[in-house]
Amino acid sequence: MKFVDEYRGEAETKQLVAALRVRVTRPWTLMEICGGQTHTLIKFGIDRMLPEGIELVHGPGCPVCVTPLEQIDRAVEIARRPGVIFTSFGDMLRVPGSRTDLLSVKAGGGDVRIVYSPLDAVKLARANPARQVVFFAVGFETTAPANAMAVHQAAHLGLENFSILCSHVLVPPAMEALLSAEDNRVQAFLAAGHVCTVMGYHEYPAIAARYRVPIVVTGFEPIDLLQGILMAVTQLEEGRAEVENQYTRSVTFRGNEPAQRLLAEVFEVCDRAWRGIGGIPRSGWRLRAKYAGFDAESRFDVSGTTAPESPLCIAGQILRGLKKPHECSAFGVQCTPEKPLGAPMVSTEGACAAYYQYGRRG
Amino acid sequence: MSPTAADFEHATCPIPIADYPHVLLAHGGGGRLSQMLVERMFGAAFSNPALDERHDGAVLDLPQGRVALTTDAFVISPLFFPGGDIGSLAVHGTVNDLAMCGARPAALTAAFVIEEGLPMDDLWRIVRSMAAAARGAGVPIVAGDTKVVDRGKGDGVFITTTGVGVVPAGVHVSPRLARPGDRVLLSGAIAQHGVAILSVREGLRFETEVRTDSAALNGMVAAMLDVGGDRVHVLRDPTRGGVSSALNEIAQAARVGIHIDESAIAIAEPVRGACEILGLDPLYVANEGKCIAIVAPEAANAVLAAMRAHPAGAEAAIVGGVREGPAGKVFMRSRIGGERVVDMLSGEQLPRIC
Repeated sequence: MKFVDEYRGEAETKQLVAALRVRVTRPWTLMEICGGQTHTLIKFGIDRMLPEGIELVHGPGCPVCVTPLEQIDRAVEIARRPGVIFTSFGDMLRVPGSRTDLLSVKAGGGDVRIVYSPLDAVKLARANPARQVVFFAVGFETTAPANAMAVHQAAHLGLENFSILCSHVLVPPAMEALLSAEDNRVQAFLAAGHVCTVMGYHEYPAIAARYRVPIVVTGFEPIDLLQGILMAVTQLEEGRAEVENQYTRSVTFRGNEPAQRLLAEVFEVCDRAWRGIGGIPRSGWRLRAKYAGFDAESRFDVSGTTAPESPLCIAGQILRGLKKPHECSAFGVQCTPEKPLGAPMVSTEGACAAYYQYGRRG
Repeated sequence: MSPTAADFEHATCPIPIADYPHVLLAHGGGGRLSQMLVERMFGAAFSNPALDERHDGAVLDLPQGRVALTTDAFVISPLFFPGGDIGSLAVHGTVNDLAMCGARPAALTAAFVIEEGLPMDDLWRIVRSMAAAARGAGVPIVAGDTKVVDRGKGDGVFITTTGVGVVPAGVHVSPRLARPGDRVLLSGAIAQHGVAILSVREGLRFETEVRTDSAALNGMVAAMLDVGGDRVHVLRDPTRGGVSSALNEIAQAARVGIHIDESAIAIAEPVRGACEILGLDPLYVANEGKCIAIVAPEAANAVLAAMRAHPAGAEAAIVGGVREGPAGKVFMRSRIGGERVVDMLSGEQLPRIC
């Protein structure tokens, strides 16, 4: 398959690993931002091919994982209301809120539906004028343009029965929050290729300079990741801290500018709480006043009181790269994909789920 | 006069559409309408000597051997999908379950729970498809039952099929029998059925239509057992949960380690593309016409040749082997040369966010 097979070759893999061995003279700690990258690393066994001393810690780039508990509770509360069709991407449905998850709401009679695009939710709203259709708009800069488009279309169509429960988060402020933490271990970033496809990487040179940290925009296939690691390690070994782009087949410096214009039209930057990490200033998007009528939080008046996170779950330390999933005492014992205590065990992009699914039990 | 089995395939619905365009509650009530449905539709389409007796049950003459018995309920939505429908699936599923026991399927029964209001033409299409599938597999449907439930209390139609078969002397197939040194054979490209269903259910379109692989495997399995005999240790059809769940069940039952090679497992391009887009792992996606065989090493090539000689196994390959351990685990060598555990599926696979 084009754009897949050429990035999964065994010979190229061996070449890159050999090149990395030649390059490395001392230990380095790198963070891959995106959960999709984490899964590729574990699924293909890449982390175990790396020379000793190169450690990859897994970043916060899992939209399901960082969506706050109270936002899940709000989703549950809205989905339970009669007359509501609650729509979401599939992997949000299993994420535990403080009391229950959306799949259980569905089993209890709520009309909860998986959609593959927020535009499908707009279609549902048109087809069901007597029902309120709500879309759970979570995710990073990657999913935001489609969600902005859905709101824009709904406004254009004058739909009064469509709204989004918005929980968008932004990568660069999270990188800065990680780097400025006292216990930070990250010496270089593999930036998330899909986020940069939308946003470009013009925001990164300032971060690289301020924190003296190499940033390599990296793709998601095995060869992409090995190339990204090699580029980052080369910078570290040479004492450079620059922004480089490994994922040139998809990412440009300025990114997708029409998408960015649409995002700026519909959303504005706001402070946002990240599950497991806490509040990060100017790290999210909310609907602009002009589109406030499409905000499900105000439409359904969900304030959402919430219970504390499970005391056993160390998701915050995992999402900040301080611990590996199998270092958690609950991992695979009290916390499994069947009965997750925290979101990283739920999502296909969560680090705990990756470790569990691919058999990294210790 | 009722149409015979030979000429019904292209026949129009035998229930007068003008009178009954939809199934009514009375069609399951035991009275005249029930009788009409049974006689004109089921009886005509499935006609065979045991069924034609119109007795309370079928009386069968079975060949010598151990009897295998299985049952399966089919509740699929949508009822019709590319390459098949609930009717053909209900026949293939049960025929294959018998075949995976090493049995030669001898007869099926079918119970229909029909939702009031199902278009009569849809029912006829399903019945016709079942009859064709049963004839294709060479297994008669010898008894059945029909119930109609209130509108809203079913999903069109649910079908339960039960199958009986006979395991010939010299055949011993069980998941416990996988042994270190055995080879793992897979009869063809995986994940077609699951992707075909998902694409219809979710209205997804791909450049090439993905069709279900639903097929009866008893002919191929008989040929495999003819050449392999008791050196065929395990047979399993990787339906729900896919290849990974089937292999994990075998590894656990036999307390062995199973090692497979990703590059040996065939996946059709459109299926692979769909799985990449949706974030599904094809190893966990359902198949309805594939067979995993675990075979003693000395018989592996002969059994593989028997599979490939059959249309259902044209793409068969040796995809791995059985080792002492780690017991109960399945390992896969990835395309780039790494290794990972292939675990059981937990819950459902859910399409990812990005």
